[in-house]
Amino acid sequence: MFGILLAAGIILVIGILIMMFRLEVLVDIVKRKSGKPGHSNKINAFLFMAFGIVGVVWILWYSWAEFDRYNLPLASKHGAETDELFWITTAITGVVFIITNILLFYFSFKYQHQEGKRAKFYPHNNKLELIWTVLPAIALAVLISKGLIVWGDIMEKAPDDAEVIEVMGYQFAWDVRYPGKDNSFGDYDFRLIDGSNLFGLDLEDDNSYDDFSALEIHIPKGKTVLVNIRARDVLHSFYLPHFRVKMDAVPGMQTHFKFEATKTTAEMRAELNDPEFNYELACAEICGRGHFSMRKIVVVDELEDYEKWKAQQKAWLKLNPDYLSKVPAAKREAAIIKAGITKEELNASL
Amino acid sequence: MATAELKIASDTHHDEHDHEHHGNFWTNYVFSQDHKVIAKQFLITGIFWALIGGAMSVIFRLQLGFPNATVEWLKPLLGDWITADGKIDPEFYLALVTMHGTIMVFFVLTAGLSGTFSNYLIPLQIGARDMASGFMNMLSYWFFFVSSVIMFSSIFIETGPASGSWVIYPPLSALPQAMSGSGLGMTLWLASMALFIVSTLLGGINYITTVINMRTNGMSFSRLPLTIWAFFLTATIGLLSFPVLLSAALLLIFDRHFGTSFYLSEIYINGEALPNQGGSPILFQHLFWFLGHPEVYIVLLPALGITSEVISTNSRKPIFGYKAMIGSMIGISVLSFVVWAHHMFVTGMNPFLGSVFTLLTLVIAIPSAVKVFNYMTTLWGGNIKFTTGMLFSIGLVSFFISGGLTGLFVGNSAVDIQLHDTYFVVAHFHLVMGSATFFGLLAGVYHWFPKMFGRMMNEKLGYIHFWLSFAGVYLVFFPLHYIGIAGFPRRYYSFTNFNAFNDFTDLNMLVSIAAIITFGAQLIFVFNFFYSIFRGRLASLNPWGSNTLEWTTPRFPGHGNWPGEIPTVYRWPYDYSKPGAKEDFIMQNVPYSETPESNTPEENELIKLELSNDDLIIQAGEETPKKQNDQDNTQEHN
Repeated sequence: MFGILLAAGIILVIGILIMMFRLEVLVDIVKRKSGKPGHSNKINAFLFMAFGIVGVVWILWYSWAEFDRYNLPLASKHGAETDELFWITTAITGVVFIITNILLFYFSFKYQHQEGKRAKFYPHNNKLELIWTVLPAIALAVLISKGLIVWGDIMEKAPDDAEVIEVMGYQFAWDVRYPGKDNSFGDYDFRLIDGSNLFGLDLEDDNSYDDFSALEIHIPKGKTVLVNIRARDVLHSFYLPHFRVKMDAVPGMQTHFKFEATKTTAEMRAELNDPEFNYELACAEICGRGHFSMRKIVVVDELEDYEKWKAQQKAWLKLNPDYLSKVPAAKREAAIIKAGITKEELNASL
Repeated sequence: MATAELKIASDTHHDEHDHEHHGNFWTNYVFSQDHKVIAKQFLITGIFWALIGGAMSVIFRLQLGFPNATVEWLKPLLGDWITADGKIDPEFYLALVTMHGTIMVFFVLTAGLSGTFSNYLIPLQIGARDMASGFMNMLSYWFFFVSSVIMFSSIFIETGPASGSWVIYPPLSALPQAMSGSGLGMTLWLASMALFIVSTLLGGINYITTVINMRTNGMSFSRLPLTIWAFFLTATIGLLSFPVLLSAALLLIFDRHFGTSFYLSEIYINGEALPNQGGSPILFQHLFWFLGHPEVYIVLLPALGITSEVISTNSRKPIFGYKAMIGSMIGISVLSFVVWAHHMFVTGMNPFLGSVFTLLTLVIAIPSAVKVFNYMTTLWGGNIKFTTGMLFSIGLVSFFISGGLTGLFVGNSAVDIQLHDTYFVVAHFHLVMGSATFFGLLAGVYHWFPKMFGRMMNEKLGYIHFWLSFAGVYLVFFPLHYIGIAGFPRRYYSFTNFNAFNDFTDLNMLVSIAAIITFGAQLIFVFNFFYSIFRGRLASLNPWGSNTLEWTTPRFPGHGNWPGEIPTVYRWPYDYSKPGAKEDFIMQNVPYSETPESNTPEENELIKLELSNDDLIIQAGEETPKKQNDQDNTQEHN
């Protein structure tokens, strides 16, 4: 019933509009305008000016009033530099944006058609053109040089003592791997991947025995973290909004991003006055149905807490003792010790 | 050489005249080789696609703006793509985003814009009877038509259309097991695009050849309207870059169907390790963006050309810095080939390349800035008539400024780390490329409608259309900057999973409402367009007081465009409000000898040359088809 009423209403409105349109056309024909711009020219000119003023005021007001909402809290060292460059760019472009748009609308308003007036024949002026070629060039030189320096710093090779972790994206989640006590990652091979061995750990490599995974990504504050990023099915993108970190995860190729966290989770909770706050890892490259749900919590600890946390983690092999059968017989004893597998666990798995 | 080709061209005309006069419906309106008919075919197909693409964006904006609302009422239209709880299926959401992008970029802003106006204006503005090859031109449209049919049919298949976004990055697009849209939908997408590229190349070759070879007497390159310069450069860019997309698509087809590994390596998906090794997904991105970035200028340049023409005409002023405008367009065209990797700063590409591409990318801002300043100076001191075309042109300049400036953020690799693939990018390119170009397209339709259909469009409806669209577009895309700065990623079905993105429901709702209104405003245009074709006020021969040659043709230019001789060109196209002149415009075919009151001393010198015009042309080596044309015309009149 409601549907029918709605449809009838819409038809009625459209009918009225068409009637008004016909009426307007007929009146127009009776008046028979001579093709000269009349009243509507003034209205359009005025609307441009009004639009410009209202628009600029609204934008300035919103940018000021809602700053805390759209300005994402920052928690990394290099992020301070990219944010600074962002705001420098905003300042330069903001001024140009307002001046050029307002001039555009003002000229439209000021130079609207006037009967008997003649436009100024002004085909070119080399000096003017030179000025507005050089001025943007200078502004751009500033932005480029600053940008290249910052980019160079961020993409520089990580220091040797950096904390290295590996993150892998797949449809539709992230997984993290730590090198364990020996500080080196075990080899992997995508052909070894199965339901439990998500990373495709190669158990013939000694380094893999103490590698561990975790439900949340923990990183230390104040120490460079190097993330080795990979994907095992389609493209994903490792995106940490609060740390200004983004790097694609590419199947068949490892990518890297190094950064240093400057605020622990606890500090950020205090700063935002939000005890529920968590840093989050998101996917920023379309990867399929669940693209919007690839969330993983990132926890930033003080360095000593981080070391403590690491010490508590159990090796992947310890949690999956079944896979001992894949370890070559000669290395099995060493693997059991390195992974910290207890007798009971061993017996349970057999 | 030129003569030979011209002869061939005019020979075909003779043949067609016979057809035309006794012609039937099929040869006149369907398989026509007349550039004006082909242009209208492109335009109407483009309008059809724009409505489909726009409607798709409204549907996914419903999901983004009203995430909690049910859209059960769309079930009759979308069927099983509406889930049991009345929501849009997440995968269908991605399909909508993908098809919206593909349709808008390729089918509306490339084919709908270049196809319409290059076809329509090149022969009319340079003074030619038709395109160099009418037959290829016809093929160009029909390849586009078949491509459209395939793309349209992919919307209705059970697994849905392609859904890996319009950039179709593999492996997502290569593996049917990765998402359902990567099955048959993707196959159809690739087939459709391959045909589309053929269509673009056929058209482009024609545009270039016609502009180089078929200009009328006196129409030197330095007297070409800026529209023609823009179409010419656009076609050149397209000819150089579209084949690369074709090769990228072919390799992808090989990976999908013939087991090659160009883009695939070390993949484990759906419980199975694939045999592919050694390929690189990054390779595809390089190939894609080698077209993809020039493509931005393929859509934008024609719009800028149209705007130059419309702004100059309606300001009643010469375009400011004609040569600088040409120079900046050439600069943009060349630079457009060396900036592609700025789409790939965070793909794992070598960081050094990131530095190089940042530098080159920001350099492109200089010619763009020159164009903006020149538009503004053209308005300055003018006597502006706000025709609807003029309104849309000013709107274009505003979008070009607003969207272009944000290019300085995303083009700078260090800043792009955070902004890449967020709504900031969405805001940026929708303003500078999407909306600006769309406004250029609309400006062109309003401006040349009287020539196309011999009638005027309704101005009042045009004003309403403009103001709703102008305010609407800003309300849709400006707020997205804030959402982008806040870090919201693109192509997210919903933001409820993340605490970091759990805000801005108010802005998103505003954007969605504005999008619906903007889309609704386009229906006013559609009504106005079709109504005016049949019932619009009759147009005078030169309703805007414009200088270019198309306004010297009869109200309904027949096949061959001019019933008599093709007019000769004596001056540049921008003699508006020339001091001393009787009227505020002097058309290109008016010789200096007829305007002694407004000539500069240098122009008085040219009068001597005009008197011996034929000699001059032959001396210049540009053999004149004049006599031949005369014959042509006598035959036509017979």
